[in-house]
Amino acid sequence: MDLTVLQRLEAESIHIMREVAAECERPVMLYSIGKDSSVMLHLAMKAFYPAKLPFPLLHVDTTWKFREMIAFRDETAQRLGLDLHVYINREGLQMGINPFTHGSTVHTDVMKTQALKQALDTFGFDCAFGGARRDEERSRAKERVFSIRSARHQWDPRQQRPELWRLYNTRKRKGESLRVFPLSNWTELDVWHYIHLENIPVVPLYFAKPRPVVRRDGAWILVDDDRMPLEPGETPEMREVRFRTLGCYPLSGAIDSRATTVPAIIQEILQTRLSERQGRMIDHDQSASMEKKKVDGYF
Amino acid sequence: MIEASSDVDFYLRAQERRTLLRFITCGSVDDGKSTLIGRLLYDSKMVFEDQLAALAVDSKKVGTRGGDLDFALLVDGLSAEREQGITIDVAYRFFSTDKRHFIVADTPGHEQYTRNMVTGASTADLAVILIDARKGVLTQTRRHSFIVSLLGIRRVVAAINKMDLVDYSRDVFDQIQQDYVECAARIGLTDVTCIPVSAIHGHNIAARAPEMPWYEGPTLFEHLESVDVGDLEALRPFRLPVQWANRPDSAFRGSAGLIASGTIRLGDPVRILPSGSESRVTRILVGDLDVDAAVAGQSVTVTLADDVDVGRGDVLAARNAPPPVADQFEATIVWMDSHPLLQGRTYLMKLGATTASATVAPIKYKVNVNTLEHVAAKKLELNDIGVCGLELSRPVVFEAYQDSRELGGFILVDPLTNATVGAGLLHFALRRSQNVRWQTLDVDKSARAELNAQRPCVIWLTGLSGSGKSTIANLVETRLYALGRHTYLLDGDNVRHGLNKDLGFTEADRVENIRRIAEVSRLMVDAGLIVLVSFISPFRAERRVARELVQPGEFIEVFVDTPLAVAEGRDPKGLYKKARRGELKNFTGVDSPYEEPESPEIRIDTTRLSAEEAAEAILQHLRSAGMIDAG
Repeated sequence: MDLTVLQRLEAESIHIMREVAAECERPVMLYSIGKDSSVMLHLAMKAFYPAKLPFPLLHVDTTWKFREMIAFRDETAQRLGLDLHVYINREGLQMGINPFTHGSTVHTDVMKTQALKQALDTFGFDCAFGGARRDEERSRAKERVFSIRSARHQWDPRQQRPELWRLYNTRKRKGESLRVFPLSNWTELDVWHYIHLENIPVVPLYFAKPRPVVRRDGAWILVDDDRMPLEPGETPEMREVRFRTLGCYPLSGAIDSRATTVPAIIQEILQTRLSERQGRMIDHDQSASMEKKKVDGYF
Repeated sequence: MIEASSDVDFYLRAQERRTLLRFITCGSVDDGKSTLIGRLLYDSKMVFEDQLAALAVDSKKVGTRGGDLDFALLVDGLSAEREQGITIDVAYRFFSTDKRHFIVADTPGHEQYTRNMVTGASTADLAVILIDARKGVLTQTRRHSFIVSLLGIRRVVAAINKMDLVDYSRDVFDQIQQDYVECAARIGLTDVTCIPVSAIHGHNIAARAPEMPWYEGPTLFEHLESVDVGDLEALRPFRLPVQWANRPDSAFRGSAGLIASGTIRLGDPVRILPSGSESRVTRILVGDLDVDAAVAGQSVTVTLADDVDVGRGDVLAARNAPPPVADQFEATIVWMDSHPLLQGRTYLMKLGATTASATVAPIKYKVNVNTLEHVAAKKLELNDIGVCGLELSRPVVFEAYQDSRELGGFILVDPLTNATVGAGLLHFALRRSQNVRWQTLDVDKSARAELNAQRPCVIWLTGLSGSGKSTIANLVETRLYALGRHTYLLDGDNVRHGLNKDLGFTEADRVENIRRIAEVSRLMVDAGLIVLVSFISPFRAERRVARELVQPGEFIEVFVDTPLAVAEGRDPKGLYKKARRGELKNFTGVDSPYEEPESPEIRIDTTRLSAEEAAEAILQHLRSAGMIDAG
């Protein structure tokens, strides 16, 4: 019996998670509420069944996530009986850091990158799972499945450990930590196909629906709450849109779509000619910006 | 290529049947390897419009094609290497056709990056080797083919690239094909397909090239889509390396892991290794689903009929065909670190879900990857490939690499830096691990120790030359002798006159020097003696080996701590002066490092204590640790 692509990918991801559970002292799963996190969580439930997850989940909340994301997060944690930590950079919150006044670069650095580092240090986690995939972006294509980070959470692309066969080196010095990416070899289509086959719940924002949006820098931005300042003369219009990736609502561009089911989304991806991260405003800040963020400690 | 389909259900069902092919591309910097991969992505419609727009901008800015689309830029990932125009590491790319999903390991081809190629090859089922049609089979082609063969890849595609630059000449192609098939056969590669291509123009990649009507074989896509990837692993006997024991409560005891080979069915009898106990399979879980059978490549959790002990590192195997267990091997090692592999050094070895200490026995030879000649060697440098013996701290379950990547491939980790320093392929267990047994003797260490009325131990003095080790060791021995204790002092200089007179002062010889001293100390401890060792012993790794040879508590590390300036000022033998003049090479503290002990049992600060006081401190420790009477 020849295993299918998805069977192989599933087996590999589960193997990676079990290695972490067996060899790391205080692992945590970074849960970003998006479709990749949903798949990663689903795989983790399988990897350790019938035992409960041998690690908690961590959501770094920038306070600018879509309301539907937060509702989905809390519902998921309750449904699966998860041990979920929510971490907010209180200092950044008090300083009133937000994507409108400070721009996406400062907002992402303070509320996401710095917050993540604070959270890992506060709880003393020595290993964090992330849902990143190698097909997402050029610099990710070269990252290891097990990626060692300095005590200051920095990534040094020239000091990566060679990774052979299924053998992962989990050893680290005190203070250092690992970032582990069980979905490294999945593609966007694999993720949706698996969601379809396994019937995995995802945030409703992925499905098309009339939503109030405004046009900003060539993207449709959802007016998710009244914190969003409208330009003079700008009025939200109702359009049938959906999101390909989810993040902070002011930084996530929606696309015109009629896809209301997972197969329809798959069909749309097959027909569309734009890449997934195209809707993300933060990657476009500067050329090769993802690589720079990773060096600084962004996931 | 996936065409936009109006019938998405049909597409989804087709997805169900798609298989996975992992391959590696090998070629040197200007063979057009990145261009080929960029072309594979482009022709399989994996490049989106926004990426194409970015590519057009990048092509104008940094492209090498005079503003035309430079496909290499699609895959040259990190900005540092885009600027240098080279790829520096392994990158993984993904593309799909209707029939298959592909994962490509993209690795650079220059000589210094053997380690990257080995990394990429370790998970590949097939290799695409690029040959520049203008240059034909080169030294590097042989090197790449050798590594491909070494890592157990059986299927090879030779993509004869840049056919446009040789006027699409059939004669050129035929000649290279003949040369390469001969070259590959000598290395043991027999499943070779040669395809004439031009990656820049896309000729014979996805579409046939009208420029080469004489070529009737498959295009690269056609070949990759149809080549048989029938999994040999599935046909071999069942093996499940246990990663994790799943015990949520007393009712469920599961063993979780990824099946390395074979098939397991409910009720199958299994043997648990290395313990050798036996049982039967009562449940097989794939995720949260109970199944009747599972095959190689699946992650499963199995439960057994009997309450037998199974933990991480154990292997569940077919009862009638269990794998061997051994603690000494012959292996090929690919060295991946800038500090060389040395005979006698101990590393951590990860094999399957097991980690053990592995000491490097004599290196038989290293392979010149360009000529494939065997060359004598005492160490392996970065990117060297060599064959040597390995002695493990305990027996492990294994299989020969040629039979099983999962139970025959291993990595070596430096226990001090935690770096992954080597990759290895196990070949066979060395006979001596089966034939030479430690003789159990009736008079043992404790019996001899009792007769001597003392507890044997090693007092290991380490420190710079001129720190005062020999003086202090001599005083300690004198006092112990006066107390009627049985001792022996091994002094660095004296031992080099006899046992170690064949050794010089290179790093490799120093490691061997210490290894012998450590072994002699162990024998003397076994003989019931208090052994004093006075040796510079500059490397932590070797002192650790010496410590691990004896029982816990029997090794007393004494750090004779003297600042370099003070030791150099004393210079009792005039050695520092010689070293500074360049007449002595590899002199510790001058042009060779001294690694201070991190937690010695005793630290002697010779700037504050006299030699007599230092000797007294050591005796005091012996009394309080119960090695000699408190009197």
